[in-house]
Amino acid sequence: MRLRRAIPTWLPTLLVAILLFVAVSWAKSTDRITVYWFQVIQLAAITAISALGLNLIYGFNGQFSLGHIGFYAIGAYGSALVTKDYMATWSGNPVGALSWMMAAQLGLVAVLGIVSGLRIGDRRKTLHAWATKYVLPHEARTITAVASLLMLMVIVAIGAAIAWVAQKALLALLVATLLRLSQETAQPILFALALLNGGTMAALISYLVGLPLLRLGSDYFGIATLGFAIMVYTALQNSDMVIETMKGARGMVAIPRWTNWGWVFAGLVLALILMRNLIYSSHGRAIKSVREDEIAAQSMGVDITRMKALAFAFGGFFAGIAGGLYAHLYGFLHPSTFSLVRGFDPLIIIVFGGLGSMTGTVVASAMFALVIEGLRVVLPQGFEDWRFVIYPVLLLLVMLLRQQGLLGTNEWGWLRAPLPPERDIPVPARQPGTPQVVTASVEEEISHA
Amino acid sequence: MKHSITKWSLRSVVWLIYAALAVGILWGVLYIVQLNGPTFFFQALLDGVRLGFVYALIALGYTLVYGIVSLINFAHGDVFMVGAFASFYAITQYGWGFVPAILFAMIICTVLNVVIERVAYKPLRDAPRIAALITAIGVSFFLEYFTALRWVFGADFITYQRPFPVVVWRFGGLIITNITVIIIGLTLLLLFVLQYIIKRTKMGKAMRATALDKSAARLMGINVNGIISFTFALGAALAGAGGVLFAIAFPQIWTFMGLMPGLKAFVAAVLGGIGSVPGAFVGSLLMGSIDVMVVSFVPMGSRLRDLFAFLVLIIVFLVKPTGIFGEPQSEKV
Repeated sequence: MRLRRAIPTWLPTLLVAILLFVAVSWAKSTDRITVYWFQVIQLAAITAISALGLNLIYGFNGQFSLGHIGFYAIGAYGSALVTKDYMATWSGNPVGALSWMMAAQLGLVAVLGIVSGLRIGDRRKTLHAWATKYVLPHEARTITAVASLLMLMVIVAIGAAIAWVAQKALLALLVATLLRLSQETAQPILFALALLNGGTMAALISYLVGLPLLRLGSDYFGIATLGFAIMVYTALQNSDMVIETMKGARGMVAIPRWTNWGWVFAGLVLALILMRNLIYSSHGRAIKSVREDEIAAQSMGVDITRMKALAFAFGGFFAGIAGGLYAHLYGFLHPSTFSLVRGFDPLIIIVFGGLGSMTGTVVASAMFALVIEGLRVVLPQGFEDWRFVIYPVLLLLVMLLRQQGLLGTNEWGWLRAPLPPERDIPVPARQPGTPQVVTASVEEEISHA
Repeated sequence: MKHSITKWSLRSVVWLIYAALAVGILWGVLYIVQLNGPTFFFQALLDGVRLGFVYALIALGYTLVYGIVSLINFAHGDVFMVGAFASFYAITQYGWGFVPAILFAMIICTVLNVVIERVAYKPLRDAPRIAALITAIGVSFFLEYFTALRWVFGADFITYQRPFPVVVWRFGGLIITNITVIIIGLTLLLLFVLQYIIKRTKMGKAMRATALDKSAARLMGINVNGIISFTFALGAALAGAGGVLFAIAFPQIWTFMGLMPGLKAFVAAVLGGIGSVPGAFVGSLLMGSIDVMVVSFVPMGSRLRDLFAFLVLIIVFLVKPTGIFGEPQSEKV
């Protein structure tokens, strides 16, 4: 007897996905929905991508982050700078911004690689242990701190040199390849590169921010990330002091509006595939074990700091991609989009949908957009201000009546946990002597899994 | 201490580093003081401390509530805003004086916060902490957007009329107004009252017991729910007074004014070590001073003040996560 599902789980999921894609495209092409609602649907899908990232951080890994909107903003501006450069050359070369940002990331990766490759952390501990033998403890700490600071400065200098060289090489490469292509061919390639650029930038920054902050307890980590989000917001408001074209508090304009339903849908599907395969891999199990009990996970050999940083970086990556899609949806970016108040949206979505449920996140994103925009339609003239009065009341009702969220940790279709692989050892067949009831309940349990 | 041999060469290096640091800090402080003249520096310091006293009134509410129910009461900043509006209506519409207005604001805020606690937080006492936190965010939104409705407070900036004329004294270039005196005096008075309640009364004893161990306190015959409501009431009364003082110092109010001061006061409470009353006070003074110092001395400081405020928070977290007065926590297996 083999434990197989009658219908493979991917089949209905694929059908629903195709149906959704076709239905929305058809409704748009036959003008059954207005441009406004079409954009609302796209925005809901974009929010779902970002919320999936937060669900990985908070729902699956248990790290309470309030700063997700900061990474969303980094992804949005990071990709918008690239595409705007291609369309309206603000940096002196159509691919200048792309080469600079990719090179900077390469430099950062190089720094991280050198730090972990030379095992700087271990060496620091060795130095501290050595110094403690000869001088007072606080003096030993000072020596270690100064020595690691000097070491870090040297490594950063090396990283900067690598970035500088890489920028020249990348620029030459991009000019030779991307700029030779016609605009129709180059556009999707550049858009994908821009989105990836925003995503990896958000991921790298979240890794760097997360590494030291993730040692803090849950509430403290939440507040620290909240502080980070406010810092990003304030920096964006004054971004024109550094890069003129970001326009600071006036809002960045003239971003090409390349996001369409195809890109958004592909992004959501890819995010779900990536997320699902991560969650059910051995890394995913390690990530979830950190949420359940850190000390138990550590004693089972899980490197909890690494797992937290990994989940945080992945979550940041998702937020960055979503931000990039958002930036090219309206073609206009303003810091107030990334203010604190909007920053609670993804958190509310994942809690509403169920912490640790990918299906719940997607469903809740759709419902969230529907409620926010639906209230705009439903409320009579002159009562638009009531939108944000009703919305918290709904939130309170959900919290008071159903705290585990819409779906709890349940999943649907292909997003459910895969069955264990088929084994050579067959499951023992029903023995004639065993009571019928027990076997039935075991089978029932298996089919529910 | 286990070290058997002392390497004097190593020690001398360390002390050279210390000396360099000390000289650097001293030079930095002196440089800042002489930058716009010492009067300017001390004026900024005074303004910062004044702002810090207002922050302290809000931060105490955060720290009290967090100490008892481990909840970040996000709506606290909005209770502070309601306090400012209550006194505005008392003064402008009814023509009340300063003292009745501030008492009125404190009473309104107390009632509001107790109602919030009963309606929104109490049903979630046993739920996961995140549920209560999300609820707090919801309450905060509700207060902000509900009061922004046209027939409540309205969404516009309103100019606040001070209930007393401003008197200015000059001490050799240093400007001190009666606003500063009132803020510092009233805050200190309220702080002493709070300290008296916590340390000397039966209610305070019950509060401390509840903060320590809720179920044990319940077994000792303490009405834990009553104590939690009392804590919310105390915090709200302080926030109400803070709202009035803030509006008097910066006479422009609107329904979203509670957001940033609320957050900064919370950061101040964390800075000082959340759950600790003296910690909240010291943290607030630091926070206020940093705020005003950044505006006064950093180029473009008025635009970057929030960035610096939260940068300080993150640095403190990295160096001493439990705050200045916080007790180190060890995780139990």
